[in-house]
Amino acid sequence: MTDVLPWLVIGVPLAMSFVLLLGGRALDRGAPWLGVLASAASAVLGIVLFVDLLGRPAEDRSVTSATFEWIPAGSFQLSAGLLVDPLSIAFVLLITVVGTLIHVYSVEYMRHDASKRRFFAYLNLFVAAMLLLVLADSFLLLFIGWEGVGLASYLLIGFWNHRPDYARAAKKAFVVNRVGDFGLALAIMAMFAVFGTVTYSGVFGAVEGAGEGWLTVIGLLLVLGAAGKSAQFPLQSWLLDAMAGPTPVSALIHAATMVTAGVYLVVRSGPIFEGAPVAALTVAIVGAITLVMGAVIGTVKDDIKRALAASTMSQIGYMMLAAGLGPAGYVFAIFHLLTHGFFKAGMFLGAGSVMHGMNDQVDMRRFGRLDSVMRVTWVTFAVGWLAILGVPPFSGFWSKDGIIEVAFEGEGVKPWILGSVALIGAGITAYYMSRLFFMTFHGRRRWSTEGEHAVHPHESPWLMTVPMIVLAVGSAGLGWYLYAGKRFESWLEPVVGAVEPEPHVLPVPWIIGLTLVAVAVGLVIAARNYAVQEVPVTVPPTRALGRAARADLYQDDVNEVAVVAPTRAFARGLREVEDDYLAAGVRGLAGGLGRVGAGWGRLQTGFARSYALSMLGGVVLVVGALLVVRL
Amino acid sequence: MGSEYWLYLSMILFTVGSLVVLLRRNAIIVFMGVELMLNAANLAFVALARQNGSLDGQVVALFVMLVAAAEVVIGLAIIMAIYRTRRSASVDDANLLKY
Repeated sequence: MTDVLPWLVIGVPLAMSFVLLLGGRALDRGAPWLGVLASAASAVLGIVLFVDLLGRPAEDRSVTSATFEWIPAGSFQLSAGLLVDPLSIAFVLLITVVGTLIHVYSVEYMRHDASKRRFFAYLNLFVAAMLLLVLADSFLLLFIGWEGVGLASYLLIGFWNHRPDYARAAKKAFVVNRVGDFGLALAIMAMFAVFGTVTYSGVFGAVEGAGEGWLTVIGLLLVLGAAGKSAQFPLQSWLLDAMAGPTPVSALIHAATMVTAGVYLVVRSGPIFEGAPVAALTVAIVGAITLVMGAVIGTVKDDIKRALAASTMSQIGYMMLAAGLGPAGYVFAIFHLLTHGFFKAGMFLGAGSVMHGMNDQVDMRRFGRLDSVMRVTWVTFAVGWLAILGVPPFSGFWSKDGIIEVAFEGEGVKPWILGSVALIGAGITAYYMSRLFFMTFHGRRRWSTEGEHAVHPHESPWLMTVPMIVLAVGSAGLGWYLYAGKRFESWLEPVVGAVEPEPHVLPVPWIIGLTLVAVAVGLVIAARNYAVQEVPVTVPPTRALGRAARADLYQDDVNEVAVVAPTRAFARGLREVEDDYLAAGVRGLAGGLGRVGAGWGRLQTGFARSYALSMLGGVVLVVGALLVVRL
Repeated sequence: MGSEYWLYLSMILFTVGSLVVLLRRNAIIVFMGVELMLNAANLAFVALARQNGSLDGQVVALFVMLVAAAEVVIGLAIIMAIYRTRRSASVDDANLLKY
């Protein structure tokens, strides 16, 4: 039974997405609940798998299910199978449970959208592709899922593609992701060239004997792939624009699951990074840069969804930072990924709920004092806010604090640099998330029920609030539950290996204390600026750093100058060479042949008797030639 | 009697036939020229088959006759169709299919 089950987990939402896409208008009314049903079925199957795994002894918790010959090509044999182990099952549960909650939320959120059948079909397609990504037992099968989630992300960012800027955002996400996918594809090719196989077991078994040079190359290519999918520096520019998609999409794909695929890839490829310290260090540095970048951008964004997106970037930066630090980091990277999946999805759903009540307004300068009109949204959002701040005992504290502690592990300057970046990042996070929270729910109310911009904020219906409440419960309790008794650490141990405690450069209580101080400082500054003081409705003039952050740290301009412009110039040059030389040659040849043909065409006079004469002449010539040769 | 006389006759018939095809304009006559050429070839086949004591040539002659019969049916039908539309059976008048 366990052989077919993992395939069913993927198959059910996949089949449903095709049914919805091909089903036609007849399914329009039932589509939302059919989508929920498929996702929920997948979640139930995932839980069955989890329980099955739980019943086994720790060393047996890795089940490769029914494989079939996928690519039999001479000496290269690749069978496709699904790998259920503690790491992949953690993802399966996150994807299906959070996914189902967001499906339920979307039923209400998309109620009045004409093409909601298409929406739920794409959402199911995404769930299926993401599950394939995490359950695959080889890099090639993972790549299929990897591309699948990229496609679903593209389709959903551009879901309202009648808006040209939304369509452009989708295109941007797709193109930037392509750069990363290219890296992953090259990594897989390199693995095949070096190890002759692309299955996890085959590659990781052969890592011992491979040279560090190749491992570093493969590792760096994997980092490129991970950076593209997870919006990490230098491929981070697409995530902020991706907020063009409907809010449930932002919650599911661009916060909880898909963008964390890069972290999964790094952790899954742990043995490769173990053998390539340079690549591992690159992962940590990329994470550190992105975590600061995202945090700085987040401090000035007035668009609630963009501020949350910047925060997602920053939080994934934390996970990447941890994933670059070896097995101890892997545990906390995945741990933070899970808790982040809950509290960030919850906050995105909260933001969606606010927008729902405010006529799709996203500018936080027009919010304020919403706590009294949206009680449930306020409370659930507050839980998510406390979780991301890392206030004990909410879940973010256990996971993020773990990452900061791991960052301070080791010797030399590395732990000092990475540790202080993580520490300062925590302070900035506290500032911008509190800013977001106070601007939205507290301070003076900057909206009115009359006049030109009249809004009538109200609490969202129960279909939306229930998923928010469930996610808030997770945000509050999940961290402590998984941390207590090292539950999660021992659960992941068969996959990532045992964690050997290394000395910290600072005593642990100091680290925790400093983190909490940084968080408190950020919180207090934000409270003074945005809850006590007036928040102007227009953007006040800011200093250079603020302006830069407002322009997303000029990431688009940098890409434009560094990548787009040279590529354009190169393409233009190629086109000129093509026009002036290659095409000219081809055109000349074609013209010459045409003229020859036209000349010979004159022989075609239309007189049957002249044809007969030429035939006779031909026969005489041939016979004559034969005679000459024979004699 | 040696078979070379049959071959001479065949040559003469073939020459006459080809001259008819090349020189006459009336499609029916041209057609008859073609038939003459075919039968000249048949004669040569049969004569040589007899000389070599083999049946192959005889069989080929039969095939040629069969094909000639089929060809006559189609050829005459085409000539009829052309004559009906153009009121002329001259092969030189039917010269539209050209460059």
